Amino acid sequence: MVSPNPHLHSKTTTSVLMRDVVIALLPAVIVSVVFYGWKELLVLAVSVLSCILIEWSVTKYLLRKPCTIGDWSAAVTGILLALNLPSTTPWWVVLIGAIVAIGVAKMTFGGLGQNVFNPALVGRVFLLISFPTYMTHWVQPQGLFGVDAVSGATPLGVIKEGLMQGASVPDLMAAHGYSYSQMLFANIGGSAGEACAIALLVGFVYLLVRKVIKPWITLSILGTVAVVSAVFWLANPMQFTDPLFNLLTGGLILGSCFMATDYVTSPMTTKGGIIFGIGIGFITLMIRYFGSYPEGVSFAILIMNSVVPLLNKWFHQKKYGRA
Amino acid sequence: MSTTIIWTIAIISGLGLLLALTLYLVAQRFKVVEDPRIEQVEKAMPGANCGGCGFAGCHAFAESAVKAPNLDNHYCPVGGNETMKQVAGILGFEIKEKAPMVAVVRCNGSCDNRPRINEYDGSLSCKVKASLYSGDTLCAFGCLGCGDCVEACRFGAISMDPATGLPVIDEEKCTACGSCVKACPKGIIELRNKGPRGMRMYVSCVNKDKGPAAKKACAAACIGCGICAKTCTHDAIVVENNVAYIDFAKCKLCRECEAMCPTGAIHGVNFPKPLDKEAVKARVQERQKKAREAAAAAAAEVKPEVKKEVDNG
Amino acid sequence: MARRTFSIGGVHPSDAKISRDCKIEALPIAPTVYIAVAQHIGAPAKPVVAPGDKVKAGDVIAEPGAFMSAYIHSSVSGTVKSIGPRKDLSGNIQTVVEIEVEGDEWKEGIDLSDTLVTDIPEDPKAIIEKVKLGGVVGLGGATFPTHVKLSLPPGKKCEMLIINGCECEPYLTSDFRTLLEKGEQVVVGTALLMQALGVDKATIAIEDNKPEAIEHISGIVSSFKAKGGKYQGIEVLPLMKKYPEGGEKQLIDAVMHRQVPSGCLPIDVGAVVDNVCTALAVYEAVQKNKPLVENSVTVTGECFPKQANLMVRVGTPLKYIIDYLGGVPEDAAKVISGGPMMGKAVANLDAATLKGTGGLLFLTREQTKRMPESSCIRCGKCSEACPMGLEPFLLRRLYKAGDMDALEANAAQDCIMCGCCLYSCPAGIPLLDIVSQARGQVMGIMRARAKK
Repeated sequence: MVSPNPHLHSKTTTSVLMRDVVIALLPAVIVSVVFYGWKELLVLAVSVLSCILIEWSVTKYLLRKPCTIGDWSAAVTGILLALNLPSTTPWWVVLIGAIVAIGVAKMTFGGLGQNVFNPALVGRVFLLISFPTYMTHWVQPQGLFGVDAVSGATPLGVIKEGLMQGASVPDLMAAHGYSYSQMLFANIGGSAGEACAIALLVGFVYLLVRKVIKPWITLSILGTVAVVSAVFWLANPMQFTDPLFNLLTGGLILGSCFMATDYVTSPMTTKGGIIFGIGIGFITLMIRYFGSYPEGVSFAILIMNSVVPLLNKWFHQKKYGRA
Repeated sequence: MSTTIIWTIAIISGLGLLLALTLYLVAQRFKVVEDPRIEQVEKAMPGANCGGCGFAGCHAFAESAVKAPNLDNHYCPVGGNETMKQVAGILGFEIKEKAPMVAVVRCNGSCDNRPRINEYDGSLSCKVKASLYSGDTLCAFGCLGCGDCVEACRFGAISMDPATGLPVIDEEKCTACGSCVKACPKGIIELRNKGPRGMRMYVSCVNKDKGPAAKKACAAACIGCGICAKTCTHDAIVVENNVAYIDFAKCKLCRECEAMCPTGAIHGVNFPKPLDKEAVKARVQERQKKAREAAAAAAAEVKPEVKKEVDNG
Repeated sequence: MARRTFSIGGVHPSDAKISRDCKIEALPIAPTVYIAVAQHIGAPAKPVVAPGDKVKAGDVIAEPGAFMSAYIHSSVSGTVKSIGPRKDLSGNIQTVVEIEVEGDEWKEGIDLSDTLVTDIPEDPKAIIEKVKLGGVVGLGGATFPTHVKLSLPPGKKCEMLIINGCECEPYLTSDFRTLLEKGEQVVVGTALLMQALGVDKATIAIEDNKPEAIEHISGIVSSFKAKGGKYQGIEVLPLMKKYPEGGEKQLIDAVMHRQVPSGCLPIDVGAVVDNVCTALAVYEAVQKNKPLVENSVTVTGECFPKQANLMVRVGTPLKYIIDYLGGVPEDAAKVISGGPMMGKAVANLDAATLKGTGGLLFLTREQTKRMPESSCIRCGKCSEACPMGLEPFLLRRLYKAGDMDALEANAAQDCIMCGCCLYSCPAGIPLLDIVSQARGQVMGIMRARAKK
């Protein structure tokens, strides 16, 4: 055999990397099924299976290219999409979400590596706009075999509603008995991904250890959220929620650890990644504080995704021997 | 209609008009004044922007043609004589019709003819393979089979034949733009005259190694024996660097070289009747025998005359 | 573990030093040798022998063809059979001098004894002349004529001599064994180079996966300090095990914390880098009058039954070496001349060794077959790995678009062809193949521009 150098290759392949992401998401998946029951399992199953099926059929029948489901990226999108949805989402809504996520946000751009926007988030935002009732029907965790779903808004939703009605933040927090330990270990309403922060952070640490991702983007997002919300909260604690609350609620942990760090849609350099993270953190808070949506992470990430090509153009790797 | 709607319509319409006026004024102010003939010529071009003419696209060709004193260095291979007639008409020039050309792959080193001696595992690019080593066969000059030519063709006229591992040119689609010629790192593809009714002859080999080495590498190689050059009565064949080359301007399509070639390296394409090798060989040998006899006779005639002179003188 | 290393990029392949315990043994001389006249950077050497001439080992058989060229000596004693074309390991035709071997006689004046000569000649020019006459070229693989490297351009001053004992390529151990077995000679060679360059500081850099060598050479260096002179300026520096730690530019960054600007030479930042085997060759040329006619070669690979480090005469056919050790293994799919990251895959085993041949590596299909190419996932691992700080994913896109100006602006010409990008790409994209084509084209454009 003859080939140009080098003649060795590292063991890291695309499917190994994607599989690591799936493994990192497993704690969150398990916890969400434990909290939200078999309905959550259904949402997950429909999401993952339909993402894989859509990618397979598009590559086989429309693009006529070799099938790419073997690289596990469709499965990752499926899990992330499911973790963003309420457990009561009907299966057909999940299917539509998967079609939009894979079919529109990924395959129309050319498949893996070519999309500008994070597919799972595009799917989620599409569903949020098209089916607002289903998408805001949050439930309290019922446990594995709980049958009766008790509706409960997410903490962010509660605060938004309450503020619009003129209550102040401390009153609302007291009235609903929110405590930080609850948010960390998730006994409050929300999407599966919003829930258990610890499970998500365990997965994040796994990805860092396996050298799948670098921590800059995540830390930049969380840092920006902490700093900016601290500024606002200190200025007016009646109107604005405090940093820890903002860090632990909503899809921030899920978004900053798994969605913003997606290879394809994030900047290629560390500097670009930090700016990316600052942008996401800032926009998230602006939407949470001043926008009409209670949650802003999905929109913030999608907006910053569109800025990524510009960040790649402006921020390059430091070259050897050049100033 | 409420005032809101009236105001909205008024403002949007006003904005639209204002912007349209701005655009018009800007377009007028910054208009590039061009010789109107450039646009006319450009319209006559095929618009492929392939660079086959040697200029950077059809507009560049048009610009240069309008400025030039004549159309000698301007020929569009894609549009051919028809297009050039139109251009000449617009610019008031005379043109000579050029013979249509076509790309020819001068290698017959298929997998059957030319055994592989190693496996190439690099990137599928002829350029990369050529800069790495002499190739995966014993012939260092032949087609590398990675398809750089296929990728370079903008007209879909080349494809790789999986059975032979060699590129195949679709004559109907080929515009002789020369992109494949430039893309081939081995210089195997050449633009040659298409020939009357598409008939043409060419030597399908560029191997410059000596005969035995060439033959060892490939069963269809040109071994530089020179029989074709000796056979050709039209002075069209030259053997240089152990390989024969047919000058397509001089070739008269008699196919005698094809019949005489011991390795079958000379190809004739699009001929209506198949070549009867034996008959042509016999004819050539007969002619050569007669020529030898005539030469011997002429030499014998000269000798008695000289003898007479010597005797007398 | 040593923490000191270069600051940008790098990858961590397994070092696979399975032949580290193999002592360097002399390979019996082959019946015929084929010595190429072009085995160094610069103009090919011009043969000065003719078929029929009798030569001894160490006789000059070719003279430098230009300033940037080198002497070539016969590595054996025997009769010159022919001077003509022969295929090299890539199947390309090269001119070689074919010598049929008779006995093993050496030219007069060459000291083949083991006696260590530690006194350094005073005159730098005399040292450089002896290096030139010895045909010494860089044995780190680049084969740059050493006497040219030592002839500093006017106005340039050397601040530090770096001796490369890193051997960062996996599998290769000949430099390591040289440090263990000929350490004193290497240190004397270092001092000779220092004297030739007029520099007082030298660093022998060794990767930390060779603790025995670090210890051994450190011992020699400290005991030699008592000799005074240049020996007092030599230090040993352990470096982190990382590829390509032994790359010239990376070594200068790791040892001196300086970076060679693009388009410049190491001497522009006051550095000169030489391989340990080059230092050994300098010692032999200057102190023993022995020209460069043999080099240590590691023959290795997991599928190769008998690991070995051999001292091979220049021009020995590769087949001869392999057959001596048992022949090509059944499951060996690729034979590489050099290391697995920057070595050349051998297409023609009839080729012969050159001065710069340092390794013969056998890899199985499983170890070396490239994975199928899939789409770029924009992970950025190629850019993280590149020791020159380039962005291979971007260079690939620019090359496909044919944007030569952007390629030059993005430093395609700075690529050192180390292979870190292709090594780390999860999608199996042949990045180095593309970047090296881009690099070649950009360098051609820059050269043409400079000529005008």
